[in-house]
Parts: sequence; C-alpha cells; structure tokens
Amino acid sequence: MKLKSAKELEELRSRIIKERDPQKPSIAVCSGTGCHAWGCAEVTAAFKEELQRQGLDGQVTVKTTGCHGFCERGPLVVIYPQRIFYQRVKPQDVPEIVSKTILQNELIDRLLYTDPSTGQKIAYEHEVPFYKRQKRLVFGSNGLIDPQSIEDYFAIGGYAALAKALFELTSEQVLDEVKRSGLRGRGGGGFPTGRKWETCRNAPGEVKYVICNCDEGDPGAYMDRSLMEGNPHLVLEGMVIGAYAIGAHEGYIYVRNEYPLAVRNAQRAIEQAEEYGLLGEDILGSGFDFSVRINRGGGAFVCGESTALMASLEGRPGEPRAKYIHTAEKGLWNRPTNLNNVETWANVPGIILKGADWYRGLGTEGSKGTKIFSLVGKVNNTGLVEVPMGMTLREIIFDIGGGIRGGRKFKAVQTGGPSGGVIPEEFLDLPVDFDELTKVGSMMGSGGMIVMDEKTCMVDVARYFLGFLEEESCGKCVPCREGIKHMREILTRICEGRGKESDLELLERLSATLADASLCALGSTAPNPVLTTLHYFRDEYEAHIKEKRCPAGVCKELINYYVIEEKCPGCGLCVKNCPTEAIIFKGKKKPVEIDYGKCIKCGTCYDVCRLGAIEVR
Amino acid sequence: MVTLRIDGQEVKAREGSTVLEAAQEAGIYIPALCHHESVSPYGACRLCSVEVLRGGRSRVVAACLYPVEEGLEVWTNTERIIEIRRTLMELLLARCPGVKAIQELARQLGVEKTELSQEAEDCILCALCVRVCEEVVGLSALSLVNRGTKRRVATPFFEEPGNCIGCGSCAYICPTGAISMEDVGDTRIIRRWGGEARFKLKKCKVCGYYFAPEIQLEYIRKKAGLPEDYFDVCPNCRE
Repeated sequence: MKLKSAKELEELRSRIIKERDPQKPSIAVCSGTGCHAWGCAEVTAAFKEELQRQGLDGQVTVKTTGCHGFCERGPLVVIYPQRIFYQRVKPQDVPEIVSKTILQNELIDRLLYTDPSTGQKIAYEHEVPFYKRQKRLVFGSNGLIDPQSIEDYFAIGGYAALAKALFELTSEQVLDEVKRSGLRGRGGGGFPTGRKWETCRNAPGEVKYVICNCDEGDPGAYMDRSLMEGNPHLVLEGMVIGAYAIGAHEGYIYVRNEYPLAVRNAQRAIEQAEEYGLLGEDILGSGFDFSVRINRGGGAFVCGESTALMASLEGRPGEPRAKYIHTAEKGLWNRPTNLNNVETWANVPGIILKGADWYRGLGTEGSKGTKIFSLVGKVNNTGLVEVPMGMTLREIIFDIGGGIRGGRKFKAVQTGGPSGGVIPEEFLDLPVDFDELTKVGSMMGSGGMIVMDEKTCMVDVARYFLGFLEEESCGKCVPCREGIKHMREILTRICEGRGKESDLELLERLSATLADASLCALGSTAPNPVLTTLHYFRDEYEAHIKEKRCPAGVCKELINYYVIEEKCPGCGLCVKNCPTEAIIFKGKKKPVEIDYGKCIKCGTCYDVCRLGAIEVR
Repeated sequence: MVTLRIDGQEVKAREGSTVLEAAQEAGIYIPALCHHESVSPYGACRLCSVEVLRGGRSRVVAACLYPVEEGLEVWTNTERIIEIRRTLMELLLARCPGVKAIQELARQLGVEKTELSQEAEDCILCALCVRVCEEVVGLSALSLVNRGTKRRVATPFFEEPGNCIGCGSCAYICPTGAISMEDVGDTRIIRRWGGEARFKLKKCKVCGYYFAPEIQLEYIRKKAGLPEDYFDVCPNCRE
C-alpha cells in the first residue's frame, strides 16, 4: 500500500499502535551479531516452541530485535512491558521463563544481572549500570523493534521526520537545521555534515548522489553494522531526508558482504519502504523522488575511504584518489556525491524531528550529540555504548564498562580504530570528543575503543596495528605501501629483541613522511599507534631494545615462564592444560617443573593457575 | 590563465592545469617518477610533494594532482619537502637497490644508502606501463593485481597477454628499466611478466628493415582504416 500523504502515514501509524496492546507480554530476544554468536537463534526457537506448547502463542509476542549493546552478557532477553532483563539465557531456561516470569510475573534469580561492584542483582534493563549511564538517541530503538518489520518502526514514530521534512520544511530549511545542529561525520573525519551537504547541494550538476558508508572494517568495531542490522529504516530515513536537502534522487548503501545480516535487513527495509511509498517516485505524494540501491563490498578496509569506496562502486579496484577536489563536487562518476557514515545518517531523523537547538544541547562546544563506541578489549562489559560527547574516558571504561577484567590495572585505551592513537592513564579524565582526542594524538575515528591492561605490551600493540594496516594498504602510493611495511618490520625486530637504538629515530622519521606524503588517510594516520606509544610509553620500547626485556610479559622472544616453588602445590592443572606437555608433574604436593625445550610460551599455565604460582618475566 | 607563485617566482598557468605542469612550464624542477605527460596523473610516487600555502596554512600535496589556483603559493624545496623526498627515495632504494635510475635520483636528492631492509625488485609500481597501455594504446594488456605489498603488474591470469601488440610503449615509458625490449632479426622480444613475449616483425619491401611488429601494424591499420598494403613499406621509405 503506497502512502500518498503525511496524513495517510499518521493514520497508518495510529492504526498500528491501536492494534497493539502495550500490556501484552512481549519477549525481545537480542539477535545482534554478538548474541548470534552466543546462540540466540536457539533461544528464540525455544521460546516459540514453549509458547506453542503451553498454548500461549497468541497471547505473548516473541520479537527478534537488533543488537541491544551489552554483548558481553548475551544472549540477552528483555521481557516487556516490565523490561525484565535476563542475560546469558540458554534454551533450557526458556520453559521456566515462560512458566514463572510470563505467567506468574516471578523473577528468575540466576538469570538476572549482578552488578559486580555492589554484588546486587538487577531486575530491570533500565537499572543495569551499563545502560543507565548511556544516552541512547540513535541506538536505543534497536531493542524495541524487529528490524525486518517496518510496522515496528512506524509504531515508534518512524518516518515522521521524513514527513516533517517534506511537508513542513523547504530543502533549504532541512539543510539549515542540520548545519545548525553541529552534527559532524561519525565515520572518522568529523567533518561538519551540514557543510558537506551544502557543498554538494551547491555543486553544479543535474545528477547528484548520496551514499551511506557501511564498510566499517576496524578490528573490534561493529557499531555501524549493528545499526544497519538493528534499525535499517532509521538509516534509510536519514538518507531520504539528506537527499531531499541536497537534491539527489539516487542513493547507494555500500555495505561489506561480510555483514550478511546488515545486507539482508537493509535490502528488506528498502523493499518495505518502496512498498509504502517512502522510497521511489513521488515519496508520500510530495513530488520528491529518491531510490536506494545496495552495493556489496568485498571487505577491503581501504574501501571505507570515500574515494576508494566510490571507485569500488564504479566497478574499479578500491583505490583512493586525491581529494583536492572534494567528492561533494566530483565524486561517484565525477558527479557531486555526498557520502556519510551509517551513524551520521541515523542521527538525521532525530535532528529534524526535535530540532537543531535540542541537538545542540547535547555534547561539547565542538562536538554535538552522542557517539556510539564499540567498547572492547580488557574491559568487563564489552559491547556497544552510546554516550553524549564529552563524557570522560574514565566514565566510559569504568562506570559503563565496569572496569578492567580480572581486577587488573588499566594501562591504555586505543581509540579510533587501527590508525588511532593509544591514550595512557593520565588522560582518563579526558572528555571524549573529536577535538580532545586529536589533541592527545589519537582520534575519534569511527568509534572503536580498545581497552588494554597492564599485561598488554605497547610495542606489540603498535606492531599489531601496523601489521593490519600493511595488509589493508591498497599499495598505490610509496609511503603507505613501503613505509608501513618497514615500520612493521622494525617493530617486529624490537619485539623479538633485535631492535637497535637508532630504530626509534627511524620510526619517527618514517612516521613523519607517511603522515605528510601519503595519498589517503590510511597512510597518513597509520603512524598514530606508533607515535603515541613512542610518546607515552617510550620506556617500554627502550626496555625491549636496551635490556631485551618485555615489561608486560608479552613478547615471546623476551620472556620465560617460571614456577614459583613456594606457591605451587603440584595440583597438576597446568600440566593438564599445557598444549605441548612441557610441564613435568613431580607428584602431589611437589612443585611442577617446566621443560623449556618443549615450552612454546603460550601462557596457558599462567592463565589457568589459580594460585599465582606461575610467573612471567 | 591563473597566476600563482612557485618558490617566490610568479608563474602563469592554464586554468585546470596542475602545479607540476605549471612548474615545468616555468622551468622549475620537481622530481617525479610516476608522472608522464602522455598519461593522466596518478599520485603514487609522491616525490613531487610540495608545500602549498592557503589562508596562512601550509599543507603537503602532490604537485602532479594539485590544481593551480589564483594566488596559490607553492614551495618546492622546503626542509620538510626535502626530508619527505629523501625518505621516499630511501624507501624506493630499499625496494630496488639495483636499479640505476633509482640510485641516481637518490644520490641527487642526497641519499646514498639506507638502513632499511632491502629487496631485489626492479619495478616501483608507478603504473606508467599500465596507464600507457590503457590510455594511449587502448588495450589494457597489463594491469595491477593484488593489494599492498603483494601488489604487482601482471597480465591477465599471469599468462602471455593475448591482446598485446608488442608496441613496446610499456618498455619505453618504464622509468626503471623493469620492462625491456629488444629487436633481434625478425623478432621483437619484450621481457617482463615472469617471462618474455615474442613478436614477428614486418620487413619493409623497399629497404628490407624490420620496422615494427606485424600485429601492431595490423592493429593501427584497422583502427585508422588504412589500405591493406599501407604498411608494406616502412615510414622512412614512404616519404
């Protein structure tokens, strides 16, 4: 049914809401990528089966939603209307949930989340500390809707912003609203979105394009993926509004094929939006035409760079070109093209609906609104968190993230993806926004946040990221292709105890040339992990080079594992777990011995020993 | 025409031209390895990096790609630029230590040796061969394959290129001599791509000189719509 006006949309929305009983029990099973890995599909199937078995399938709804964010505790199940929060739910738990919680409103203690700081059990989603400190403007709806149901999106107010833009605002007013909101690109660069739109709008040319960049490829980052998987209509709505402001009638979603759920849900969303007349010709009877196509990428990291993405979209190898003439003027097929990242597009409907002034009220002077971070690494609560710009690293890592895993000490946090910088403890109170992160040598990037503890070697970290970038460099320009390779080689030899004192100066010299002379941002930002670790943890580099010692106990060539005899009762746990049979059992109550000829320094003994009887130095 | 300043010197340049072109016209030398006037600019070697000043802010750009604009201030030899070029030459020297052209340019820019680990390559991946074959010859018998450090110039499926006409443009344009060409009697041999390709040469009916590969002449003849016997005589004898 094609909607012909804003009024028809509102009538449809009222009908959908009226048909839904807000008191009807609804079981939302998180079906984001993280929960899929935890086995949520089996949990959903178990709910459907159990409800049918108990004859409740008409009275209780089971909803498979997008990612809720608290991936650490998956599979997550939220039961509405009370918003009871169950975590680590297994299919075996399902009959009990239905019999007790659904039918008798009784909580199941073991499935509740325990706040590790207070030891208290928490019953409701909104009371979980991980969620409580967040401001989930963009990501919050993920848990409320089935991403494959446009009706669900209508029910929470979907496409009202589009109707407002088309019928109550001129395209200039829409542009002005986004400009005034202070929204900056969430893909990495932080370029003012409104200004980009304006350049594209004013660029000469009949045909213009808008593109949604869903090629997110940073190790450990998955917020764009989760948005596209969990709320594709929000992104689409943003794109239509943007296209209207710019005067574009064709759009592309460039999404990597490695994100099959994102591809599927985006495709379904496009079809549904077309069916309802929210995409295609004469949208909502406004006379405005706009269509979107999906283009699946092959998974090259560099294709997230706008010009490489456009080359790939054109069917050529994904290699960047110089941006001395902006893509907003000459982009896809040399036509004016506005490219924004998934999260940027997803911010647009809210800005249009609630206004630029409301949006400006959130965040810091130079960075407005919220930002979704993918909080990963050695932190207790890994997952996706959305916070207002300006929240400190400490609040994000300790209050939301629950601090460092295993009671260890915080050492550093790497923000902004592989070419971001590593930030040490002294900057934990740094308010996180575009400008502050740049000041300390890192960047916002797309919002990766990798937490590292005292057992993380900073040289090894730099080597890892350079290795990633070496593999992902397109190889077109000399500084990036050759420079990263040599930097990785130098870091590798430092990690292996073959570093020279002149290596540090050499790293700095190569870094300067990469930063200045690379063709695109992949090369020019690649030195960041090296430069920041060199700046903040120079002593660690020096320990590797001068003393042939890895202070964090990570670099295999420089460490050995030892048995602390007084502490070892000969329990044999390490003997059982050692993959190379390198630990010799000497009898009960006698300390074990390590056969260094067989030891591969994997650290398993260290990890399994509960008594701290294994030492690494 | 637009007016800009390069190293303090006022230079007039055609609108739409690049800083490198403007400098070359004005006789100001900027080193470059991946640039050639007969193909479109590419920006891979970065040796033509220069500093441009706009609104009081300095920025390093590739002169071969940066469009001239009115009032632009360009500096081609600042300390920062010299350092960049030296490091780039060091990187290229580490890749191709045995290539004369690289050694010479490196020496010219003040780089004698490098402490970086060395390879024994002779191709710097400037893609001039690929571009000339595509843009000038119109055949794309060559292409760049793979990514990053695995990148290389290759023929389709690493086999002898079926559509190569042996014109030798790639060998002619190659700045490092990685592609070589030799005419021996009635045969042209082009060496590269993991082997060699041989082409039968056409003999001039008048002077008896083997002047060009038969398939190249056939390609040109058909493209230009020339009579069948047009290339029976070499260009020298036709005059």
